[in-house]
Amino acid sequence: MAKKTYSFYPGCSSQTKASSDNYLKSTNSMCKYLDIELKEVPDWNCCGASIGYAEGGELPRLALSARTIALSEKANPGMDLVATCAACWLSTREAKERMDHNTQTRNDANEALKEAGLVYQGTQNVRHMAEVLVEDFGFDELKKGVKNPLRDLKIAGYVGCQTNRPFGIEGESFENPVYLDNIIEAMGAEAVPYDQKVTCCGGALAFSEPEKSQKQIKDIIESAYDHGAEMIVTPCPLCQANVEIYQGEVNKRYGTKFNIPVLYYSQLITIAYGGTAKEAALDGQLVRSTKLEEIASK
Amino acid sequence: MSDKYRNNFLREVEEKVEEGHWVKMCMQCGVCAGSCPFGPHWAHPPQEIFMMIRAGKREEVLTSDSMWMCTSCYNCIVRCPRKLPITHIMHGLANYAHRLGIVPKNQPTEHFATLFWNNLAQTGRVNELKLSLGIYFRDGFAQGVKNAMAMQSVGLGMVKAKRLNPMELFGGHGVKDKSGFHAMLKKAREIEDRRKPIA
Repeated sequence: MAKKTYSFYPGCSSQTKASSDNYLKSTNSMCKYLDIELKEVPDWNCCGASIGYAEGGELPRLALSARTIALSEKANPGMDLVATCAACWLSTREAKERMDHNTQTRNDANEALKEAGLVYQGTQNVRHMAEVLVEDFGFDELKKGVKNPLRDLKIAGYVGCQTNRPFGIEGESFENPVYLDNIIEAMGAEAVPYDQKVTCCGGALAFSEPEKSQKQIKDIIESAYDHGAEMIVTPCPLCQANVEIYQGEVNKRYGTKFNIPVLYYSQLITIAYGGTAKEAALDGQLVRSTKLEEIASK
Repeated sequence: MSDKYRNNFLREVEEKVEEGHWVKMCMQCGVCAGSCPFGPHWAHPPQEIFMMIRAGKREEVLTSDSMWMCTSCYNCIVRCPRKLPITHIMHGLANYAHRLGIVPKNQPTEHFATLFWNNLAQTGRVNELKLSLGIYFRDGFAQGVKNAMAMQSVGLGMVKAKRLNPMELFGGHGVKDKSGFHAMLKKAREIEDRRKPIA
């Protein structure tokens, strides 16, 4: 396949030494194997995430996304704007939708953007990296690059919320999306069926309502374990962080003995494509995946 | 407002709350309540909030902590048979109550949400270290040290995994064009206040 080029919006968590540093590193490795060139949007800003509404309100929040899109349109014309973070993608796509469908919103956003010398034109599609994999490559094409199949590895594909709702991947069901399972299987691993695939991890409320969120996290991990998964894989940085980081807290609270690795699809693909543990940033896990590290060293 | 017989709270919500014009479309089926991950913790689930708005229960709605329980999972939106953007209406109600300054005291999600916005608005990008510390130290220094100690293993694990940088305390990530970024936000706020003035 010919080289593909996208305008890239990594987002706050995917910066050096930020909470999904390992997502950024493994995405870069994955893209190298897939012959994808990511042109980072120069000077992109935070999307406001799912919690920016209270203080940010409507227009200031939309203006955040408008600025990043405007910068992308200016620097990387003619390309799709691709985000790896679920919240970045959702906020940016939502903002685009509102500005494209409502002239007043668009004019207001542009009045604000003018202060930064920018203009929103609405010329780019706003996409998630998972859409790129599924739509621009497809599972058969993804399978072709596998050099080190992830045999005998049982994985719970945890789609979560924001790459799934309200937009989701075209053609997928909100209740049981299968694209992540298909990616897992294309890499030679086994996607286990389990009943908490699209359960919310608590999102930003993991910080403000820890007890309530940890109940969600417990339910997700419990179901993954009970259905034989050795690992959880997700496309969302907040899902990854919440489900991995709070296992110790959940164990204290519920007397469980959870110790399950939670990785990104990009780490999985990198290893399956013959990448090293370092390229897949497997050292970026709090709960290390020894099994994947073993496969990587083969 | 209260000296008129006409119920104006619905109109107020339609004018002042993000996506508030959808409220009248709710048909009270309750699918949103059944779909909400934090459903058991809401004093009033979304469909009840919508009916209360239509019944003019202004104080009860706006001082409720219900909408602060929204995790932004969007389950309610994709399941609503009337296609109400429920998540956004809840965010809008939370924002409106916040602007009016009538949110219950020490509402933890209001605190975190405010902290988050102020954090990103400063440099244009989130400073995760300062954000975490802001949560730990919300109830004063002593409690903050206690909270930080309790989460110490997580913090050290993140540093070890190169996913948290202690140096973020002294600057860290941000946009280059800070003056343009700040001017844009200021103007956006100005327009928002003009479009939806707080009486």
